[in-house]
Amino acid sequence: MSTPSPHPAAPDAGPPVVELDGLTVDLGGRTILDRLAGRLTGRAIGLLGPNGAGKTTLLHTLLGFYKPKSGTARVFGHDVVGDLDRVRSLIGYMPESDAFIGGLSAVRLVRMMGELSGLPPREALERAHEALFYVGLGEARYREIGSYSQGMKQLVKLAQALVHGPRLLFLDEPTNALDPPARERMLRHIQEIRDQGEAAIILSSHLLRDVERCCDEVLVLKDGRVAAYRDLVAERRSNRKFLEVELKGDGDGFLAAMRARGADCAAAPRRGRNRYKMVLPEGVEVADLYREASERRVQIRRLSYKRDSLEEIFLAAMENGGEAEREEVQRGAA
Amino acid sequence: MGLRDRAFRRYRGEPTPRRWRFLTLWRYGRREVFASKRVTALFTLAYAPILIAAIVFYLRHNLPVLEAMEVTSADFVQVDERMFALLLRVQAAFAFLLTALVGPGLVAPDLANNGLALYLARPFSRSEYVLGKMSVLLILTSAITWMPLLGLWLFQAGLEPGWAAENLRSAAGVFLGAWVWIGFLALLAMALSAWVRWRVVAAALLAVVILVGSSLAEMVNFMFGTGWGDVLSPGLLVWTIWEGLFFGDPAAGELPVADVPVAAAWIALAAMAGLCLLILDKKLAAYQVVR
Repeated sequence: MSTPSPHPAAPDAGPPVVELDGLTVDLGGRTILDRLAGRLTGRAIGLLGPNGAGKTTLLHTLLGFYKPKSGTARVFGHDVVGDLDRVRSLIGYMPESDAFIGGLSAVRLVRMMGELSGLPPREALERAHEALFYVGLGEARYREIGSYSQGMKQLVKLAQALVHGPRLLFLDEPTNALDPPARERMLRHIQEIRDQGEAAIILSSHLLRDVERCCDEVLVLKDGRVAAYRDLVAERRSNRKFLEVELKGDGDGFLAAMRARGADCAAAPRRGRNRYKMVLPEGVEVADLYREASERRVQIRRLSYKRDSLEEIFLAAMENGGEAEREEVQRGAA
Repeated sequence: MGLRDRAFRRYRGEPTPRRWRFLTLWRYGRREVFASKRVTALFTLAYAPILIAAIVFYLRHNLPVLEAMEVTSADFVQVDERMFALLLRVQAAFAFLLTALVGPGLVAPDLANNGLALYLARPFSRSEYVLGKMSVLLILTSAITWMPLLGLWLFQAGLEPGWAAENLRSAAGVFLGAWVWIGFLALLAMALSAWVRWRVVAAALLAVVILVGSSLAEMVNFMFGTGWGDVLSPGLLVWTIWEGLFFGDPAAGELPVADVPVAAAWIALAAMAGLCLLILDKKLAAYQVVR
């Protein structure tokens, strides 16, 4: 799982966003996280897993809410037990459940949270207004949060996580209870923050589509263990090399030309149609395929990529329970 | 995250000093507290006894007015330890009422709405949270107990040269006695609030612990034929400590006191405070672990 970061816009070059080494957490006499290990290095890391897999517990442990039974966890190189204040000052946390302070307006809550994070009062006020406008609550910012809809409460939670300009954002099920437009807005915010590269994001969700859309890496947990850790960007790039094409015209000549470019090709005829499977080598893009077809007057009637990579990763992880992944991690650690 | 460019931006300035960050909760709490008319009215009313006492102190040294009222300074009230012990009792009652009104509302709503996770996900510890919330109560109750009473003491000292040197003990009694009371009340209010997570019930429980404690003590004393049941009454314990502070000997004062030595009263009250801290330690967590 020790994948080097492939993302040039990662927040800061240096220590990994999160580094886990045999992290074990027991709660209520049960082992919730079991010897987690690995280095998370992406700009936006998805934390996937079925209910009870340990996603939220991992976030809470990184925030110092729970003490590890054994092993260590580091955030940007800072130990979550020995250097907790520093770790917390780097993180903005959006909890999964409803969380607000009764009787406060949104702007007062967000401002207070900014001050508690170490912002001077004037700066905190300015940034509280900015954060609330940013998430789309500008007009409602003086209303008491108790009167907000569920979707608005989610947005306040995002605003309070952003107000102090953290280096790392923990978003725990941010699209919960949101209607489609609100969900779309929330995902757009997450993508914007990711693309600006000012902060890394750890997005915990059980929704594959949310993670696929916003994240460039994914950590899949199952029963408190690492079931898979994948670089989605690399997976997508590699998937784009696996093609299935349907041709009309001189297929053999076309295939020979593609083979000459280094592509692996195999015929996969279906219902009398000329279908072929191809794996493009590095340096050969789909555009080259079209160029070659055009030169040989071959029509590409159909072209499809390998799809649903995350779903496949997730289902495979759920089936094999991450045994291969753990072995790989252990080999890496050794 | 500018208003104009609507973009997220990191904060790269210097953070505020950590030492006094807990007072942020006082600044925000103060505004919420005084938004209540009942609290504002009670807080204002709590200065009435101080004002009356100041007038009396002044009159004692204003012979023309006393003559007009046909009283002499000799039969007028004495300003000594007893006077300040009495004033402390009056102000302590106001402090109790104020704590009952304000205290349960400080922690319970945070716990009921999962707000603690928002505080504790920041560089802000549980101790700072408790200190910050307690500061709301302690500053409010200080403003109606030892602060005005010490002001009154200084006023009297200014009116009567030589009086201060003879009455240093009453100043110390006011200061320490008030802190024992308001400190314990603040801890108790927060612990009960954290325990039941319901503002109204926490206020009722506070009243039960303080007001019904003496009845419980009497019942235990009667059942077991002892005086040690008094250690169950925080009110009696505090009064015993006050009498010790003001007069040295609990029997010298006029208050009903516990039938236990002053040292035992201190220990029993410290144990109760320890229990409150234990409750706070158990209940104040970002998330409760379900076993």
